[in-house]
Amino acid sequence: MIQVEGLTKVYGNFTAIHDVSFQVQRGEILGFLGPNGAGKTTTMRILTGFMPPTAGKVTIAGYDIMEDSLEARRHIGYLPESVPLYPEMTVVNYLNFTAAIRGVPKRDEAVERVMAQLNLEDRADTIIGKLSKGYRQRVGLAQALVHDPDIVILDEPTIGLDPKQIIEVRELIRSLGGDHTVILSTHILPEASQVCSRVLIINEGQLVAEDTPEGLTARLKGGERVFIHLASDTMEAEEALRNIAGVQEVSHVGDGKYEITCVLGQDLRPVLARTLIERGWDLLELRPIGMSLEEIFLKLTAE
Amino acid sequence: MRNALIITRRELGAYFASPIAYIVIAAYLVVMGILFSLIVAGQPGSEASLRFVFGNVFSVIILIIVGPLLTMRLLSEEQRSGTLEILLTAPVRDWEVVVGKYLASCIVFVAMLAPTVVYPLLLERFDNPDHGTFIATYIGVILLGMAILALGLLTSALSQNQIVAAFLGLGLILVLTFVQFLASVTSGILASTLTYLGLLSHFFDFLRGIVDTRDIVYYLSVASGALFITTQLLGTRRWR
Repeated sequence: MIQVEGLTKVYGNFTAIHDVSFQVQRGEILGFLGPNGAGKTTTMRILTGFMPPTAGKVTIAGYDIMEDSLEARRHIGYLPESVPLYPEMTVVNYLNFTAAIRGVPKRDEAVERVMAQLNLEDRADTIIGKLSKGYRQRVGLAQALVHDPDIVILDEPTIGLDPKQIIEVRELIRSLGGDHTVILSTHILPEASQVCSRVLIINEGQLVAEDTPEGLTARLKGGERVFIHLASDTMEAEEALRNIAGVQEVSHVGDGKYEITCVLGQDLRPVLARTLIERGWDLLELRPIGMSLEEIFLKLTAE
Repeated sequence: MRNALIITRRELGAYFASPIAYIVIAAYLVVMGILFSLIVAGQPGSEASLRFVFGNVFSVIILIIVGPLLTMRLLSEEQRSGTLEILLTAPVRDWEVVVGKYLASCIVFVAMLAPTVVYPLLLERFDNPDHGTFIATYIGVILLGMAILALGLLTSALSQNQIVAAFLGLGLILVLTFVQFLASVTSGILASTLTYLGLLSHFFDFLRGIVDTRDIVYYLSVASGALFITTQLLGTRRWR
């Protein structure tokens, strides 16, 4: 559905993305994961035909985004990160307008369908400028879906929403998979693993990993660490922890506090807990240390 | 073209959703009303013509100011708010966006001009003026307006800030207005070229009832040239 080859974008003397290549199959939900400034938005702007690449080729549904731009754009629904809307228009007028410029044949039906899909019916005649952030996000998603595009491209669709709204948007995106091909960008790892069928990790303009969420999690398991807080600080405890099979490293990080690095794919928490309690040391806290995105990048780029 | 008209419709809605269009139209009509009453209605025995109303220096000045005020928002606001990104990733050509917005500003301009038609109608009641001259006058004002609006739209593509866009537009229009005064300090081909380029050197003939194709061609060339450049400017996002 989408083919990207050797995509490079240079602004002045700053290279925003460098030699990015990937493919997306029909019905896939592809997550574009990376820290801010990694080149996600640039990539999306190129995919949607808003900006041309400095080098490389993008094919959307068989059409080159530069050569057959209009044809390619017909297949895309796009929501930019800032959710830009016309504040003076009512929701229904705005959706009618976006349906019209995309050449939707039965406009009223399409607008009704998409308003039902996003629960916007009771706000149909509200002026967009007066909507809350959550509703505006929904209107933004509605305009990206009103022409029932094959490909939906969403730039950080959950940013700035409250937790309930985030869950709603994620569910909506999941429901789009299968019929639509979805690309979404995010800098939140759990979001990518919950919603996406495949994840691309981009950092400093380059792809550093491409995997399913499960595969990615497995690859990262090797670095899983456990934090332990004991009531008292003893050398014996440290020794005992070190002797447990599967423990690679024990580092003393504070008064009674240890960080333990475990081997790949093994959850040592039950063993750690049992050992400490059987030996009579008071265990105050035991928890896995989640890796920050930065650590993930470090790990993935170091591999 | 269908897409351009869709954009025109949306722009017209946006014009009348904001106070700017109302304020500009009201201000224009107030100034024109004052000029009409001072120059024609208040002067017994004056010529039953609009020549000195539309040809008056104040009338020309307000026309030059109104243009950028009507167009400043058109592209700058879309760039500032980012709506341009949605608009230009829809299957719409850049020129359709430009022409659609331009048409909307022209319609508002004509709507602004429309109430002034009461002046010739009034003159009609008290005198027997020349209809042809009235029609020529309006053709001239609309053509000058079309050129000014296109220049204003061009500068609206240059800035994300409406005020900056308006002042750039005003500057550009004034430059094109004043080139003809440079003609008096030059001579030969240069002088005639500068005179030809002047935005107002083609205007006053219309007010005398003379519709010259060269003048029509001039205004339409300025307008289409400005629209062409505007379309190219939209394309420059490609290397920004």
